[in-house]
Amino acid sequence: MASRLSTRLLLSARPRLIVAPQTRFLSSTPIRRSDALAVHRNTPENNPSIPFKFTEQNLRLVDEVLKRYPPQYKKAAVMPILDIGQRQHGFCSISVMNEVARMLEMPPMRVYEVATFYTMYNRDPVGKYHIQVCTTTPCMLCNSDAVMKAVEDKLGITQGHTTPDGVFTFSEVECLGACANAPMVQINDDYYEDLTYDSMCQLLDALAASASSEQIKLDENMWDRPIEGKDAKKPSSIPAPGPLSGRKSCENSAGLTNLTSAKWGPEVTRKDL
Amino acid sequence: MLAATASTRRAAPRLASLPTLTTTTARTVLPTITSVTPARGLATVNDPPAPPKKTKFGGLADQDRIFQNLYGETAADLKTAQKMGDWYKTKEILLKGHDWIISEIKTSGLRGRGGAGFPSGMKWSFMNPPNWDKGTTPRYLVVNADEGEPGTCKDREIMRKDPHKLVEGCLVAGRAMNATAAYIYIRGEFYHEAAVLQRAVQEAYQAGLIGKNACGSGYDFDVFVHRGMGAYVCGEETSLIESLEGKPGKPRLKPPFPAAVGLFGCPSTVANVETVAVAPTICRRGGNWFAQFGRERNSGTKLFCISGHVNNPCTVEEEMSIPLRELIEKHCGGVRGGWDNLLAIIPGGSSTPVLPKHICDDVLMDFDALKDAQSGLGTAAVIVMDKSTDIVRAISRLSKFYKHESCGQCTPCREGSKWTYQIMNRFEKGQGRIREIDMLQELTKQVEGHTICALGEAFAWPLQGLIRHFRPELEKRMTDYAKATGGSALAGGWEWDAREKGKGVSPGM
Repeated sequence: MASRLSTRLLLSARPRLIVAPQTRFLSSTPIRRSDALAVHRNTPENNPSIPFKFTEQNLRLVDEVLKRYPPQYKKAAVMPILDIGQRQHGFCSISVMNEVARMLEMPPMRVYEVATFYTMYNRDPVGKYHIQVCTTTPCMLCNSDAVMKAVEDKLGITQGHTTPDGVFTFSEVECLGACANAPMVQINDDYYEDLTYDSMCQLLDALAASASSEQIKLDENMWDRPIEGKDAKKPSSIPAPGPLSGRKSCENSAGLTNLTSAKWGPEVTRKDL
Repeated sequence: MLAATASTRRAAPRLASLPTLTTTTARTVLPTITSVTPARGLATVNDPPAPPKKTKFGGLADQDRIFQNLYGETAADLKTAQKMGDWYKTKEILLKGHDWIISEIKTSGLRGRGGAGFPSGMKWSFMNPPNWDKGTTPRYLVVNADEGEPGTCKDREIMRKDPHKLVEGCLVAGRAMNATAAYIYIRGEFYHEAAVLQRAVQEAYQAGLIGKNACGSGYDFDVFVHRGMGAYVCGEETSLIESLEGKPGKPRLKPPFPAAVGLFGCPSTVANVETVAVAPTICRRGGNWFAQFGRERNSGTKLFCISGHVNNPCTVEEEMSIPLRELIEKHCGGVRGGWDNLLAIIPGGSSTPVLPKHICDDVLMDFDALKDAQSGLGTAAVIVMDKSTDIVRAISRLSKFYKHESCGQCTPCREGSKWTYQIMNRFEKGQGRIREIDMLQELTKQVEGHTICALGEAFAWPLQGLIRHFRPELEKRMTDYAKATGGSALAGGWEWDAREKGKGVSPGM
């Protein structure tokens, strides 16, 4: 039916086409492809012939991760191990995926499925600093547009791109779960919160300065990080992660409205326990 | 109100049928109509509810706040946690057995804090059906720390500042459902939070609090931390299980429910971080202590995250049923520019419908009150919008969020989320016809209930809320657009003169 109809339409339209050429769009909105290409295309920096092996230290970490899951469900470890591979290699290349598939005795396609489904696997190389700006409604209400603009002005790139020197990659992401501290960005693993246009510019300046002075090692062992989350290994010019407005965390910035009295302890426990 | 309607309904047919009745029956019937207390009718009349014991809520005392380290004043280590009452008499709690723990949770009236508000005691008891002890498989507690709902930032605070409450909660809740291990599925972006939590788990293992013979109770229990990798849909319980098994996080059809066939094919229960983390304190201080807060059936304390246009956004633990206005004015310094500058509030995270100011004036923050206001408590993430907000853009941004996060498994959600995003994108600028608002409403209704998981509802409800309360705003944009461009747009966003320009516009637009 559809083909018959379209032929008729074409036939009837033909004389008019000659008179006045017209373009017919099926959709009035521009075509929007998905945020990332789901298929793999071989590139010089990402193709199956590039070898990838886990380092000794990471292999120990892999063994430790595998112990968390039942032995017959080795593939449950695919997500943490892909993450370790990504941290070692810099991004989640096809070689990393193949190596993980080999280690976990999974069909490679099962690994590709996982790597394409989750947004935190970067299947293309990213810069040293991956700047992920949250623009979902709570951040948007607190003017995340200014933060986006600050990044665009400073780096001269739009979201989804890497600077030519390979230092910064800029992405727009969905809610990162720090809404009481909006607007915020995630830079690699660190949350920077309570931003304004100016503080974002300063932050980017500090990052750019440290990038030119010192090479930061990729974090290989995530559990070795200090408990406070304030990374001591970072060059001192970069502000510590957290709110940049002087706030400590998620409290009322004008002074505590609660939790001001002495803490209670075991003494409140019921007597019959 | 209900009783009054019922009695008139009851009266009408009786009066109508009076002529056919014998005089004796009529005589016996008439007095009941005129009597002051209406007699019970045809089984649909409820007794008037008993007057509530408590009518004022809010103003929780510091002595009753469970999360004492919410603002990170002290370190997150075991010693400090023990000073604040954690891990105290945990062995005694474990030795009381699962029935005791579940009955305490039932007494406390704790409802799941992840959004749906299912009674936790009942949910946990599903893990112990008759003959549960005959089973040989492992049994799992899965803690849902994949906090991704826009507006929500409570679990993060628990995990980075009070991780021992969560670890101990895993043990207590795990004991209640006779689980052998707990998996904490934490979202991948929470890297530091995962590190703090992992540190707490290690401390607990070293102190012999979990692991073999946990707390010396003879009960073996393991806790594992698993990091997700950035997928909102993995906050849905079956999807979270899939993800934990090393697959793309696409929700499973229920039944079978996870309590029967869950993680690795074993009985499992998925519970929110906050639900699990309050369980030890409830057991220690008693279910009745927890039940005294809040209205009946909505009892307890709750972490509220307030973001958006308030003077001082914050996360705060308050009593359930606190009036929304009091919550904002007391803890967040009020709405920017005063309460009268308020436009609307999303009361429970992005997937609950938006409420306009006149409802926000006196609504209570609990499951039932917000449900009656055609919204929901969800995760108690309050997103405040003042009069400067472009409300259409705010909701349209949520549509983009859901379009991005739809897993693509069910057609109504995968396609619907994209359509609604495209439609909302046009509506932001007023490109559309008024009848398209009804089309959008119908579209959301078609999605609702036709998807495997609740993401379909999650993206449909905010749009329905927008149309319900802000339809005039949508219509105004369309008329403004018409004024600015010289004619109202054709349906589908075409300019009014598209046809004259030779563009092929289908008839009926």
